[in-house]
Amino acid sequence: MGTTFVRLHPRNKVLAWIEDRLPWLSFLSAHTTGYYAPKNFNLWYYFGSLALVVLVNQILTGIFLTMFYKASAAEAFASVEYIMRDVEWGWLIRYMHSTGASLFFVVVYLHMFRGLMYGSYKKPRELVWIIGMLIFLVLMAEAFMGYVLPWGNMSFWGAKVIISLFGAVPWIGDTLVEWIMGDYLPADATLNRFFALHVIALPLVLLLLVVLHLGALHEVGSNNPDGVEIKDKKKPDGTPLDGIAFHPYYTVKDLFGTGFFLLIAAFIIFYAPTFGGWFLEHDNFIPANNLATPEHIKPVWYFTPFYAMLRMIPAKLPGVIVMFLGIVLLFFVPWLDRGIVKSIRYRGLGYKIALGLFALSFVMLGAVGAGITAEKIPEWFGPEANVTTIENAFGRFWLIIYFAFFAFLWVYTRFGKEKTKPVPDRVTTHA
Amino acid sequence: MASDAVVDKGRRRFLTATTAVVGGAGVVAAVIPFVKSWQPSAAAKSAGAPVEADISKIEQGQMVKFQWRGLPVFVVNRTKAQLDALAEVDPQLKDPKSENTDQQPDYAKNEYRSIKPEWLVVTGICTHLGCVPEFFGEIKPEPFDPQWKGGFYCPCHKSRYDMAGRVYDGVPAPANLAVPPYRFLDDSRILIGVNPDEGAA
Repeated sequence: MGTTFVRLHPRNKVLAWIEDRLPWLSFLSAHTTGYYAPKNFNLWYYFGSLALVVLVNQILTGIFLTMFYKASAAEAFASVEYIMRDVEWGWLIRYMHSTGASLFFVVVYLHMFRGLMYGSYKKPRELVWIIGMLIFLVLMAEAFMGYVLPWGNMSFWGAKVIISLFGAVPWIGDTLVEWIMGDYLPADATLNRFFALHVIALPLVLLLLVVLHLGALHEVGSNNPDGVEIKDKKKPDGTPLDGIAFHPYYTVKDLFGTGFFLLIAAFIIFYAPTFGGWFLEHDNFIPANNLATPEHIKPVWYFTPFYAMLRMIPAKLPGVIVMFLGIVLLFFVPWLDRGIVKSIRYRGLGYKIALGLFALSFVMLGAVGAGITAEKIPEWFGPEANVTTIENAFGRFWLIIYFAFFAFLWVYTRFGKEKTKPVPDRVTTHA
Repeated sequence: MASDAVVDKGRRRFLTATTAVVGGAGVVAAVIPFVKSWQPSAAAKSAGAPVEADISKIEQGQMVKFQWRGLPVFVVNRTKAQLDALAEVDPQLKDPKSENTDQQPDYAKNEYRSIKPEWLVVTGICTHLGCVPEFFGEIKPEPFDPQWKGGFYCPCHKSRYDMAGRVYDGVPAPANLAVPPYRFLDDSRILIGVNPDEGAA
């Protein structure tokens, strides 16, 4: 079906004049009052619009940070302190940006989990999923480069570790690393190009992808917690029987969610901006020092699951491959999953358990990557315990669970092992 | 176009193809300067010149860090006990004979991985992901290895190296610590960044 584009003819002469030349009101109405979404969206459907809210926050606060930040290895650290101490309200703008970065990933991870739960990646929404995954990839690059900019010691060493990943590429690895850094170590040249990528190149790509994500979504229409296509049952006027106009119904719902979300965000920004070292790491309050590694190099929390995958493999190239595979496999989920039934409500018990274990493995790998297990093992097993062996066993177990999800998903659905429940004709109105 | 006009499709295809080829070549040529601009600049290269290090004050068993190209270079004055322990750990190592020729110049491909047995000169960059390993020179039990024979331990991902910078088996780092090019100017000074047989840089 796609979005129905109805040509509007405003009564106001100025608006009509514009509309005849650039039908922007017709476009807006096609995507708001004319866009019908299923009426049974639940809490999980807040995170898409919240991601948009955070994106706007990052762009606005980012523009203002750019006005005070100095992209130079000699001045960057001091300029961030200048923002924090001397610029009026600078601390607030920076904390909005740094908290926003972490909340972006909170929201995006929940948004992705929603997609897995309700089968929102399935036909005809494969492209929505793929573009979403591309957004996730660009977001990771954007967050990483942003993390380097304050030029604290964790910025420096994080940059060094992540850039060295490219050294694992056979033959050209070392040259590639030197090319990315523009020096023999992360230096002024590196900081400057990361700044350019962070504030202009990647945000442009991100915005373009978001437009494509929404464009693809509006063409096929939103999925819903029941996983039934609302377009199959229509009212006499041609609108879906179980659909409601995005505006005003969902704009109001999303505004309510946004209010709730901003309340939590404000609480973090004002009372716990570093979030106990999780959102802003303690070692990054020390200026970059190329001769002293922080005692525990670990990325910010949202990268820790992937970082654990890297660490659990005892060789560099395979480790890098496994880590990238952990992301790449997600792109293929629409084709690995051959099941027809979309929503977890009507799927087999196997899928419910597998998805639960998959989410748990992600959290557990995150704990390994963040160094929580390394810290707790001596407590649990006594000071004599071999931390490396126990941590490897634990981490590798969850690593296997993580990858087993994809294998299970294919086998389970390809060979008809899944016992699904009957899917209702129309959406159920509960929740 | 008028409906009676005869379209010469061959000609149109030829023009499209040649335009695409010429335009493509132009794009490739235009990309080169932008890609090349990311290479280390002349300033960065000149800052990477060889560095002289005074080693006369380094005590037995002591390690001193020097800097070359912004990389830490470890210079260790190894004791007799530390040198003797090298052969003992051979079975636990990934590359005990320094077969990986990328990790040292030929003149350091020997049991001590150095020009003079007692003087170890290695780049202090973990071959896993580029952290700086820490020096644990003493032969005594350590939390990460109860049978420790001295060497380097990387805090990032727990890779271990012996007193010749050789990597242990079963750790994430794939290769031994790299030996940079260096030469002895005399008994108390080394030059890091040039091979012994090269002319002065």
